[in-house]
Amino acid sequence: MSMSVSRIARAVAAKDLRIELRSRVVSNQVLPFSGLVMIMFAFALDNDDVLQRVAGGLVWLATLFSLFILVQRTFAVETYDGALDSLRVAGVNPQGIFIGKSVALFVQLLVLESVLFIAAIVLYRVNVNGAGAVLLVTCVMCATAGLAFVGTLYGGLTAGARGRETLLPLLLLPVVAPVLICATRATESAFRSSGVTVGEGWPWVAVLAVFAAVFGLGGLLSFGSLIEE
Amino acid sequence: MTTEQLKLKGVGTPATRVYGLMALVALGWVLLGGLIFTPEDAVQGDAVRIMYVHVPTAWVAYLAFIVTGVASACWMIGKKHSLGFDRVAGASAEVGVVFMGMTLLSGSLWGRITWGTFWVWDPRLTTTAFMFVTYIGYLAVRGLGGTAQQRARRSSVIALLAVLEIPLVHFSVVMWRSLHQRATVLSPDGDIKMDGLMLFTLLFGVFGFSVLFAWLVSHRQRIMAMQDAQQTSALDVAVSERLNEARA
Amino acid sequence: MNHAAFVFTTYGVTFGVIIGLVVYTVKQGRNLSRKVADKDKPWT
Repeated sequence: MSMSVSRIARAVAAKDLRIELRSRVVSNQVLPFSGLVMIMFAFALDNDDVLQRVAGGLVWLATLFSLFILVQRTFAVETYDGALDSLRVAGVNPQGIFIGKSVALFVQLLVLESVLFIAAIVLYRVNVNGAGAVLLVTCVMCATAGLAFVGTLYGGLTAGARGRETLLPLLLLPVVAPVLICATRATESAFRSSGVTVGEGWPWVAVLAVFAAVFGLGGLLSFGSLIEE
Repeated sequence: MTTEQLKLKGVGTPATRVYGLMALVALGWVLLGGLIFTPEDAVQGDAVRIMYVHVPTAWVAYLAFIVTGVASACWMIGKKHSLGFDRVAGASAEVGVVFMGMTLLSGSLWGRITWGTFWVWDPRLTTTAFMFVTYIGYLAVRGLGGTAQQRARRSSVIALLAVLEIPLVHFSVVMWRSLHQRATVLSPDGDIKMDGLMLFTLLFGVFGFSVLFAWLVSHRQRIMAMQDAQQTSALDVAVSERLNEARA
Repeated sequence: MNHAAFVFTTYGVTFGVIIGLVVYTVKQGRNLSRKVADKDKPWT
Protein backbone atom coordinates (compact mmCIF):
# COMPACT_ATOMS: atom_id res chain seq x y z
CA MET A 1 0.00 0.00 0.00
CA SER A 2 1.54 3.32 -0.97
CA MET A 3 0.48 6.28 1.03
CA SER A 4 0.22 9.81 -0.24
CA VAL A 5 2.81 12.31 0.83
CA SER A 6 0.34 14.24 2.97
CA ARG A 7 -0.79 11.13 4.82
CA ILE A 8 2.80 10.19 5.56
CA ALA A 9 3.54 13.74 6.67
CA ARG A 10 0.58 13.81 9.02
CA ALA A 11 1.46 10.44 10.45
CA VAL A 12 5.11 11.39 11.04
CA ALA A 13 4.22 14.75 12.54
CA ALA A 14 1.62 13.23 14.81
CA LYS A 15 4.10 10.57 15.92
CA ASP A 16 6.78 13.10 16.77
CA LEU A 17 4.41 15.33 18.69
CA ARG A 18 2.91 12.39 20.53
CA ILE A 19 6.41 11.25 21.53
CA GLU A 20 7.10 14.75 22.81
CA LEU A 21 3.84 14.92 24.75
CA ARG A 22 4.65 11.65 26.47
CA SER A 23 8.34 12.19 27.12
CA ARG A 24 8.14 15.92 27.78
CA VAL A 25 11.75 16.49 26.81
CA VAL A 26 11.04 19.89 25.28
CA SER A 27 8.90 21.17 28.09
CA ASN A 28 11.04 19.79 30.90
CA GLN A 29 14.51 20.33 29.49
CA VAL A 30 14.70 22.63 26.50
CA LEU A 31 12.35 25.34 27.77
CA PRO A 32 14.09 25.69 31.13
CA PHE A 33 17.44 25.72 29.29
CA SER A 34 16.37 28.53 27.02
CA GLY A 35 14.87 30.45 29.93
CA LEU A 36 18.20 30.13 31.69
CA VAL A 37 19.98 31.41 28.60
CA MET A 38 17.81 34.53 28.71
CA ILE A 39 18.75 35.06 32.33
CA MET A 40 22.43 34.48 31.58
CA PHE A 41 22.29 37.18 28.93
CA ALA A 42 21.08 39.58 31.60
CA PHE A 43 24.00 38.62 33.85
CA ALA A 44 26.48 39.12 31.04
CA LEU A 45 25.12 42.37 29.68
CA ASP A 46 24.31 43.96 33.01
CA ASN A 47 22.52 47.04 31.70
CA ASP A 48 18.75 47.51 31.47
CA ASP A 49 18.88 49.91 28.54
CA VAL A 50 21.19 47.68 26.56
CA LEU A 51 19.02 44.66 27.29
CA GLN A 52 15.91 46.45 26.16
CA ARG A 53 17.61 47.50 22.95
CA VAL A 54 19.04 44.11 22.06
CA ALA A 55 16.12 42.05 23.33
CA GLY A 56 15.11 41.01 19.80
CA GLY A 57 18.53 39.60 19.05
CA LEU A 58 18.76 37.78 22.35
CA VAL A 59 15.44 36.00 21.82
CA TRP A 60 16.57 34.71 18.43
CA LEU A 61 20.01 33.75 19.71
CA ALA A 62 18.43 31.73 22.49
CA THR A 63 16.16 30.14 19.87
CA LEU A 64 19.13 29.12 17.75
CA PHE A 65 20.99 27.58 20.69
CA SER A 66 17.93 25.56 21.56
CA LEU A 67 17.42 24.64 17.90
CA PHE A 68 20.45 22.36 17.99
CA ILE A 69 19.04 20.43 20.91
CA LEU A 70 15.60 20.19 19.31
CA VAL A 71 16.98 18.98 16.00
CA GLN A 72 19.20 16.39 17.59
CA ARG A 73 16.25 15.27 19.68
CA THR A 74 13.94 14.95 16.70
CA PHE A 75 16.40 12.63 14.98
CA ALA A 76 17.51 10.80 18.09
CA VAL A 77 14.02 9.34 18.28
CA GLU A 78 14.51 8.07 14.73
CA THR A 79 17.94 6.56 15.06
CA TYR A 80 17.43 5.03 18.47
CA ASP A 81 15.84 1.84 17.18
CA GLY A 82 16.81 2.36 13.59
CA ALA A 83 13.34 3.72 12.99
CA LEU A 84 14.38 6.02 10.17
CA ASP A 85 16.16 3.20 8.39
CA SER A 86 13.08 1.03 8.69
CA LEU A 87 10.95 3.76 7.16
CA ARG A 88 13.39 4.14 4.33
CA VAL A 89 13.69 0.47 3.63
CA ALA A 90 9.91 0.15 3.66
CA GLY A 91 9.90 2.57 0.74
CA VAL A 92 8.13 5.41 2.53
CA ASN A 93 8.34 8.59 0.48
CA PRO A 94 11.10 10.69 2.07
CA GLN A 95 9.30 13.89 1.13
CA GLY A 96 6.52 12.90 3.46
CA ILE A 97 9.00 12.25 6.23
CA PHE A 98 10.62 15.62 5.59
CA ILE A 99 7.34 17.52 5.75
CA GLY A 100 6.14 15.61 8.79
CA LYS A 101 9.30 16.15 10.79
CA SER A 102 9.44 19.81 9.74
CA VAL A 103 5.89 20.36 10.95
CA ALA A 104 6.64 18.73 14.30
CA LEU A 105 9.81 20.78 14.67
CA PHE A 106 7.86 23.92 13.69
CA VAL A 107 5.34 23.33 16.46
CA GLN A 108 8.05 22.72 19.06
CA LEU A 109 9.91 25.84 17.96
CA LEU A 110 6.75 27.93 18.20
CA VAL A 111 6.21 26.82 21.77
CA LEU A 112 9.83 27.63 22.56
CA GLU A 113 9.67 31.07 20.97
CA SER A 114 6.45 31.97 22.71
CA VAL A 115 8.09 31.30 26.05
CA LEU A 116 11.15 33.30 25.01
CA PHE A 117 9.11 36.30 23.94
CA ILE A 118 7.20 36.26 27.20
CA ALA A 119 10.54 36.09 29.01
CA ALA A 120 11.77 39.07 26.98
CA ILE A 121 8.70 41.12 27.83
CA VAL A 122 9.08 40.29 31.50
CA LEU A 123 12.86 40.29 31.93
CA TYR A 124 13.99 42.86 29.35
CA ARG A 125 10.95 45.12 29.59
CA VAL A 126 10.05 45.36 25.94
CA ASN A 127 6.45 45.63 24.86
CA VAL A 128 4.54 45.18 21.66
CA ASN A 129 1.08 46.27 20.53
CA GLY A 130 -1.12 46.82 17.47
CA ALA A 131 0.81 46.88 14.21
CA GLY A 132 3.91 45.66 16.01
CA ALA A 133 2.13 42.52 17.12
CA VAL A 134 1.01 41.72 13.57
CA LEU A 135 4.59 42.17 12.36
CA LEU A 136 5.92 40.03 15.17
CA VAL A 137 3.55 37.15 14.56
CA THR A 138 4.26 37.15 10.81
CA CYS A 139 7.98 37.34 11.47
CA VAL A 140 7.82 34.43 13.89
CA MET A 141 5.82 32.29 11.47
CA CYS A 142 8.19 32.85 8.54
CA ALA A 143 11.37 32.56 10.57
CA THR A 144 10.20 29.42 12.34
CA ALA A 145 9.20 27.79 9.07
CA GLY A 146 12.69 28.44 7.72
CA LEU A 147 14.35 27.11 10.85
CA ALA A 148 12.16 24.02 10.85
CA PHE A 149 13.00 23.17 7.23
CA VAL A 150 16.71 23.79 7.66
CA GLY A 151 16.86 21.95 10.96
CA THR A 152 15.13 18.89 9.55
CA LEU A 153 17.34 18.91 6.48
CA TYR A 154 20.70 19.16 8.17
CA GLY A 155 19.52 17.11 11.09
CA GLY A 156 18.81 14.28 8.70
CA LEU A 157 22.35 14.46 7.41
CA THR A 158 24.05 14.51 10.78
CA ALA A 159 21.81 12.02 12.54
CA GLY A 160 23.04 8.70 13.77
CA ALA A 161 26.65 7.78 13.29
CA ARG A 162 29.24 8.71 15.87
CA GLY A 163 31.06 11.93 15.21
CA ARG A 164 28.21 13.29 13.16
CA GLU A 165 26.07 15.03 15.77
CA THR A 166 28.86 17.47 16.55
CA LEU A 167 28.79 18.50 12.93
CA LEU A 168 25.29 19.93 13.25
CA PRO A 169 26.11 23.35 14.80
CA LEU A 170 28.97 23.88 12.35
CA LEU A 171 26.73 23.21 9.36
CA LEU A 172 23.61 24.86 10.70
CA LEU A 173 24.88 28.21 12.04
CA PRO A 174 26.11 29.66 8.73
CA VAL A 175 22.87 28.55 7.10
CA VAL A 176 20.59 30.17 9.69
CA ALA A 177 22.57 33.41 9.76
CA PRO A 178 20.12 35.14 7.40
CA VAL A 179 17.28 34.14 9.71
CA LEU A 180 19.10 35.61 12.69
CA ILE A 181 19.83 38.86 10.88
CA CYS A 182 16.36 39.33 9.39
CA ALA A 183 14.30 38.04 12.31
CA THR A 184 16.21 40.23 14.74
CA ARG A 185 15.72 43.36 12.63
CA ALA A 186 12.02 42.63 12.21
CA THR A 187 11.61 41.94 15.92
CA GLU A 188 13.35 45.18 16.78
CA SER A 189 10.87 46.95 14.54
CA ALA A 190 8.00 45.22 16.27
CA PHE A 191 9.36 46.23 19.68
CA ARG A 192 10.02 49.73 18.36
CA SER A 193 13.54 49.50 19.84
CA SER A 194 15.85 52.46 19.28
CA GLY A 195 13.20 54.40 17.42
CA VAL A 196 12.80 51.91 14.58
CA THR A 197 9.32 52.04 13.11
CA VAL A 198 7.11 49.03 12.55
CA GLY A 199 6.96 49.71 8.80
CA GLU A 200 10.71 49.12 8.46
CA GLY A 201 10.30 45.55 9.64
CA TRP A 202 8.32 44.20 6.72
CA PRO A 203 11.15 43.92 4.15
CA TRP A 204 12.99 41.70 6.61
CA VAL A 205 9.96 39.45 6.89
CA ALA A 206 9.91 39.21 3.10
CA VAL A 207 13.45 37.85 3.13
CA LEU A 208 12.45 35.36 5.84
CA ALA A 209 9.62 34.15 3.63
CA VAL A 210 12.03 33.70 0.71
CA PHE A 211 14.42 31.78 2.95
CA ALA A 212 11.63 29.47 4.11
CA ALA A 213 10.49 28.89 0.53
CA VAL A 214 14.00 28.18 -0.73
CA PHE A 215 14.80 25.66 1.98
CA GLY A 216 11.35 24.14 1.98
CA LEU A 217 11.76 23.37 -1.70
CA GLY A 218 15.42 22.44 -1.35
CA GLY A 219 14.55 20.11 1.48
CA LEU A 220 11.78 18.38 -0.44
CA LEU A 221 14.21 17.70 -3.25
CA SER A 222 17.22 16.61 -1.25
CA PHE A 223 16.02 15.01 1.99
CA GLY A 224 15.78 11.62 0.33
CA SER A 225 19.43 11.69 -0.73
CA LEU A 226 20.62 12.85 2.65
CA ILE A 227 19.08 10.09 4.74
CA GLU A 228 20.11 7.33 2.36
CA GLU A 229 23.03 5.31 3.56
CA MET B 1 60.73 12.59 -20.96
CA THR B 2 59.68 9.00 -21.67
CA THR B 3 56.43 7.51 -20.53
CA GLU B 4 58.38 5.24 -18.22
CA GLN B 5 59.86 8.20 -16.42
CA LEU B 6 56.49 9.89 -16.32
CA LYS B 7 54.91 6.87 -14.72
CA LEU B 8 57.50 6.77 -12.01
CA LYS B 9 57.29 10.43 -11.13
CA GLY B 10 53.92 11.37 -9.72
CA VAL B 11 50.66 12.90 -10.81
CA GLY B 12 52.05 15.34 -13.34
CA THR B 13 51.36 15.03 -17.04
CA PRO B 14 52.77 17.13 -19.89
CA ALA B 15 49.69 19.35 -19.79
CA THR B 16 49.93 20.09 -16.10
CA ARG B 17 53.64 20.78 -16.40
CA VAL B 18 52.87 23.45 -18.99
CA TYR B 19 50.44 25.34 -16.91
CA GLY B 20 52.44 24.72 -13.78
CA LEU B 21 55.23 26.58 -15.47
CA MET B 22 52.90 29.37 -16.58
CA ALA B 23 51.69 29.77 -13.01
CA LEU B 24 55.26 29.85 -11.75
CA VAL B 25 56.19 32.62 -14.17
CA ALA B 26 53.10 34.68 -13.38
CA LEU B 27 53.57 34.32 -9.64
CA GLY B 28 57.20 35.24 -9.95
CA TRP B 29 56.16 38.39 -11.71
CA VAL B 30 53.60 39.23 -9.04
CA LEU B 31 56.26 38.81 -6.37
CA LEU B 32 58.81 41.01 -8.09
CA GLY B 33 56.36 43.44 -9.61
CA GLY B 34 54.25 43.75 -6.53
CA LEU B 35 57.11 44.34 -4.16
CA ILE B 36 59.64 46.18 -6.31
CA PHE B 37 58.70 47.38 -9.79
CA THR B 38 55.29 48.90 -9.28
CA PRO B 39 54.99 52.40 -7.83
CA GLU B 40 53.11 53.16 -4.67
CA ASP B 41 49.56 54.37 -4.99
CA ALA B 42 48.78 58.08 -4.77
CA VAL B 43 46.17 57.51 -2.08
CA GLN B 44 46.94 54.19 -0.40
CA GLY B 45 50.72 54.34 -0.51
CA ASP B 46 52.43 50.98 -0.21
CA ALA B 47 49.25 49.34 1.07
CA VAL B 48 48.23 48.85 -2.56
CA ARG B 49 50.94 46.18 -2.85
CA ILE B 50 48.78 43.94 -0.72
CA MET B 51 46.11 44.20 -3.40
CA TYR B 52 48.28 42.39 -5.95
CA VAL B 53 48.00 39.35 -3.75
CA HIS B 54 44.64 39.90 -2.09
CA VAL B 55 42.56 40.34 -5.24
CA PRO B 56 43.87 37.20 -7.00
CA THR B 57 43.43 35.01 -3.92
CA ALA B 58 39.91 36.35 -3.43
CA TRP B 59 39.14 35.66 -7.07
CA VAL B 60 40.45 32.10 -6.80
CA ALA B 61 38.48 31.52 -3.59
CA TYR B 62 35.21 32.53 -5.28
CA LEU B 63 36.14 30.60 -8.43
CA ALA B 64 36.78 27.50 -6.33
CA PHE B 65 33.38 27.87 -4.72
CA ILE B 66 31.72 28.06 -8.13
CA VAL B 67 33.70 25.08 -9.43
CA THR B 68 32.66 23.02 -6.40
CA GLY B 69 29.02 23.92 -7.04
CA VAL B 70 29.16 23.19 -10.75
CA ALA B 71 31.08 19.93 -10.29
CA SER B 72 28.58 18.84 -7.63
CA ALA B 73 25.72 19.59 -10.00
CA CYS B 74 27.48 17.64 -12.78
CA TRP B 75 27.88 14.65 -10.48
CA MET B 76 24.24 14.77 -9.54
CA ILE B 77 22.85 15.23 -13.03
CA GLY B 78 24.98 12.66 -14.84
CA LYS B 79 23.41 9.21 -15.04
CA LYS B 80 26.71 7.47 -14.38
CA HIS B 81 27.41 9.65 -11.34
CA SER B 82 31.02 9.78 -12.44
CA LEU B 83 33.22 10.13 -9.38
CA GLY B 84 35.64 12.38 -11.23
CA PHE B 85 33.19 15.26 -10.75
CA ASP B 86 32.96 14.57 -7.05
CA ARG B 87 36.74 14.57 -6.73
CA VAL B 88 37.01 17.87 -8.58
CA ALA B 89 34.39 19.32 -6.25
CA GLY B 90 36.32 18.15 -3.21
CA ALA B 91 39.73 19.22 -4.52
CA SER B 92 38.36 22.61 -5.45
CA ALA B 93 36.88 23.08 -1.98
CA GLU B 94 40.18 22.20 -0.32
CA VAL B 95 42.08 24.70 -2.42
CA GLY B 96 39.29 27.24 -1.96
CA VAL B 97 39.42 27.05 1.83
CA VAL B 98 43.14 27.76 1.84
CA PHE B 99 42.82 30.68 -0.55
CA MET B 100 39.85 32.07 1.31
CA GLY B 101 41.86 31.99 4.54
CA MET B 102 44.68 33.86 2.86
CA THR B 103 42.21 36.36 1.42
CA LEU B 104 40.75 37.11 4.83
CA LEU B 105 44.24 37.55 6.26
CA SER B 106 45.54 39.85 3.54
CA GLY B 107 42.28 41.78 3.55
CA SER B 108 42.49 42.32 7.31
CA LEU B 109 46.03 43.60 7.05
CA TRP B 110 45.06 45.93 4.23
CA GLY B 111 42.05 47.11 6.19
CA ARG B 112 44.20 47.82 9.23
CA ILE B 113 46.26 50.22 7.15
CA THR B 114 43.56 51.92 5.13
CA TRP B 115 40.46 51.73 7.32
CA GLY B 116 42.23 51.58 10.65
CA THR B 117 40.57 48.31 11.71
CA PHE B 118 41.20 44.63 11.01
CA TRP B 119 37.53 44.00 10.39
CA VAL B 120 34.37 45.78 9.31
CA TRP B 121 30.91 44.27 9.04
CA ASP B 122 30.37 45.07 5.40
CA PRO B 123 28.62 42.64 3.04
CA ARG B 124 31.58 41.37 1.07
CA LEU B 125 33.74 40.67 4.10
CA THR B 126 30.95 39.12 6.13
CA THR B 127 29.81 36.91 3.27
CA THR B 128 33.40 35.83 2.67
CA ALA B 129 33.75 34.86 6.32
CA PHE B 130 30.56 32.84 5.99
CA MET B 131 31.75 31.16 2.82
CA PHE B 132 34.92 30.21 4.67
CA VAL B 133 32.99 28.54 7.47
CA THR B 134 30.60 26.90 5.00
CA TYR B 135 33.56 25.42 3.09
CA ILE B 136 34.94 24.01 6.32
CA GLY B 137 31.56 22.43 7.00
CA TYR B 138 31.53 20.99 3.48
CA LEU B 139 34.97 19.46 3.99
CA ALA B 140 33.83 18.04 7.33
CA VAL B 141 30.89 16.37 5.58
CA ARG B 142 33.30 14.89 3.03
CA GLY B 143 35.23 13.40 5.91
CA LEU B 144 32.25 11.51 7.33
CA GLY B 145 33.37 8.24 5.82
CA GLY B 146 31.59 5.55 3.87
CA THR B 147 32.00 4.65 0.23
CA ALA B 148 33.04 7.15 -2.41
CA GLN B 149 29.52 7.28 -3.84
CA GLN B 150 28.01 7.96 -0.41
CA ARG B 151 30.52 10.75 0.12
CA ALA B 152 29.70 12.13 -3.33
CA ARG B 153 25.97 12.11 -2.69
CA ARG B 154 26.15 13.83 0.71
CA SER B 155 28.66 16.45 -0.30
CA SER B 156 26.98 17.33 -3.58
CA VAL B 157 23.73 18.05 -1.73
CA ILE B 158 25.56 20.14 0.85
CA ALA B 159 27.43 22.02 -1.89
CA LEU B 160 24.25 22.82 -3.79
CA LEU B 161 22.48 23.93 -0.60
CA ALA B 162 25.46 26.16 0.06
CA VAL B 163 25.03 27.69 -3.40
CA LEU B 164 21.48 28.58 -2.36
CA GLU B 165 22.48 29.76 1.08
CA ILE B 166 25.41 32.05 0.29
CA PRO B 167 23.41 34.52 -1.84
CA LEU B 168 20.82 34.65 0.94
CA VAL B 169 23.51 35.43 3.49
CA HIS B 170 25.00 38.04 1.21
CA PHE B 171 21.66 39.65 0.51
CA SER B 172 20.79 39.78 4.19
CA VAL B 173 24.09 41.39 5.05
CA VAL B 174 23.76 43.90 2.18
CA MET B 175 20.42 44.91 3.57
CA TRP B 176 22.07 45.14 6.93
CA ARG B 177 24.99 47.42 5.99
CA SER B 178 27.34 48.43 3.20
CA LEU B 179 30.87 49.80 3.19
CA HIS B 180 33.32 47.82 1.02
CA GLN B 181 35.85 49.51 -1.22
CA ARG B 182 34.08 50.34 -4.41
CA ALA B 183 35.67 48.63 -7.43
CA THR B 184 38.49 50.84 -8.65
CA VAL B 185 39.40 48.84 -11.74
CA LEU B 186 36.13 49.09 -13.63
CA SER B 187 34.08 52.15 -12.83
CA PRO B 188 30.70 52.93 -14.45
CA ASP B 189 32.13 55.39 -16.94
CA GLY B 190 34.72 52.87 -18.17
CA ASP B 191 37.83 54.70 -16.97
CA ILE B 192 40.57 52.44 -15.68
CA LYS B 193 41.83 54.28 -12.67
CA MET B 194 45.01 52.33 -12.10
CA ASP B 195 48.44 53.09 -13.53
CA GLY B 196 49.42 50.78 -16.42
CA LEU B 197 52.04 48.65 -14.68
CA MET B 198 49.91 48.32 -11.56
CA LEU B 199 46.93 47.19 -13.58
CA PHE B 200 49.03 44.69 -15.51
CA THR B 201 50.48 43.24 -12.32
CA LEU B 202 47.02 42.90 -10.84
CA LEU B 203 45.47 41.21 -13.87
CA PHE B 204 48.53 39.03 -14.47
CA GLY B 205 48.22 38.00 -10.85
CA VAL B 206 44.58 37.03 -11.34
CA PHE B 207 45.60 35.00 -14.39
CA GLY B 208 48.55 33.40 -12.65
CA PHE B 209 46.62 32.45 -9.54
CA SER B 210 43.83 30.98 -11.68
CA VAL B 211 46.34 28.78 -13.50
CA LEU B 212 47.81 27.81 -10.14
CA PHE B 213 44.31 26.87 -9.01
CA ALA B 214 43.89 24.64 -12.06
CA TRP B 215 47.25 22.98 -11.37
CA LEU B 216 46.42 22.37 -7.71
CA VAL B 217 42.95 21.00 -8.42
CA SER B 218 44.19 18.66 -11.19
CA HIS B 219 46.90 17.23 -8.98
CA ARG B 220 44.75 17.00 -5.88
CA GLN B 221 41.96 15.37 -7.85
CA ARG B 222 44.32 12.69 -9.14
CA ILE B 223 45.66 12.10 -5.67
CA MET B 224 42.09 11.58 -4.44
CA ALA B 225 41.51 9.10 -7.28
CA MET B 226 44.51 7.12 -6.07
CA GLN B 227 43.36 7.27 -2.46
CA ASP B 228 39.92 5.99 -3.48
CA ALA B 229 41.56 3.20 -5.48
CA GLN B 230 43.66 2.29 -2.46
CA GLN B 231 40.54 2.09 -0.32
CA THR B 232 38.79 -0.13 -2.86
CA SER B 233 41.74 -2.49 -3.23
CA ALA B 234 42.20 -2.63 0.53
CA LEU B 235 38.57 -3.68 0.71
CA ASP B 236 39.12 -6.30 -1.98
CA VAL B 237 42.15 -7.66 -0.10
CA ALA B 238 40.16 -7.86 3.14
CA VAL B 239 37.28 -9.65 1.42
CA SER B 240 39.54 -12.22 -0.21
CA GLU B 241 41.33 -12.81 3.09
CA ARG B 242 38.01 -13.52 4.79
CA LEU B 243 37.05 -15.87 1.96
CA ASN B 244 40.34 -17.72 2.29
CA GLU B 245 39.83 -18.03 6.00
CA ALA B 246 36.38 -19.50 5.40
CA ARG B 247 37.76 -22.03 2.95
CA ALA B 248 40.68 -23.08 5.17
CA MET C 1 58.51 51.25 2.03
CA ASN C 2 55.95 52.28 4.63
CA HIS C 3 53.73 49.63 6.20
CA ALA C 4 56.55 47.24 5.31
CA ALA C 5 55.64 44.79 8.06
CA PHE C 6 52.08 44.40 6.75
CA VAL C 7 53.14 44.03 3.12
CA PHE C 8 55.88 41.52 3.84
CA THR C 9 53.64 39.51 6.17
CA THR C 10 51.02 39.29 3.44
CA TYR C 11 53.47 38.23 0.75
CA GLY C 12 55.31 35.93 3.11
CA VAL C 13 52.19 34.10 4.26
CA THR C 14 50.60 33.93 0.81
CA PHE C 15 53.63 32.69 -1.08
CA GLY C 16 54.76 30.53 1.82
CA VAL C 17 51.42 28.77 1.97
CA ILE C 18 51.31 28.34 -1.80
CA ILE C 19 54.80 26.88 -1.93
CA GLY C 20 53.99 24.61 0.99
CA LEU C 21 50.80 23.45 -0.70
CA VAL C 22 52.56 22.76 -4.00
CA VAL C 23 55.40 20.84 -2.34
CA TYR C 24 52.95 18.83 -0.24
CA THR C 25 50.84 18.00 -3.29
CA VAL C 26 53.82 16.89 -5.35
CA LYS C 27 55.19 14.73 -2.52
CA GLN C 28 51.83 13.14 -1.81
CA GLY C 29 51.40 12.49 -5.53
CA ARG C 30 54.73 10.75 -5.78
CA ASN C 31 54.21 8.67 -2.63
CA LEU C 32 50.83 7.41 -3.74
CA SER C 33 51.99 6.90 -7.30
CA ARG C 34 54.46 4.33 -6.09
CA LYS C 35 51.82 2.36 -4.21
CA VAL C 36 48.93 2.40 -6.65
CA ALA C 37 48.69 0.24 -9.77
CA ASP C 38 48.85 1.94 -13.15
CA LYS C 39 45.38 0.81 -14.16
CA ASP C 40 43.97 3.10 -11.49
CA LYS C 41 45.67 6.12 -13.02
CA PRO C 42 43.57 7.17 -16.01
CA TRP C 43 45.80 10.13 -16.77
CA THR C 44 48.87 8.04 -17.70
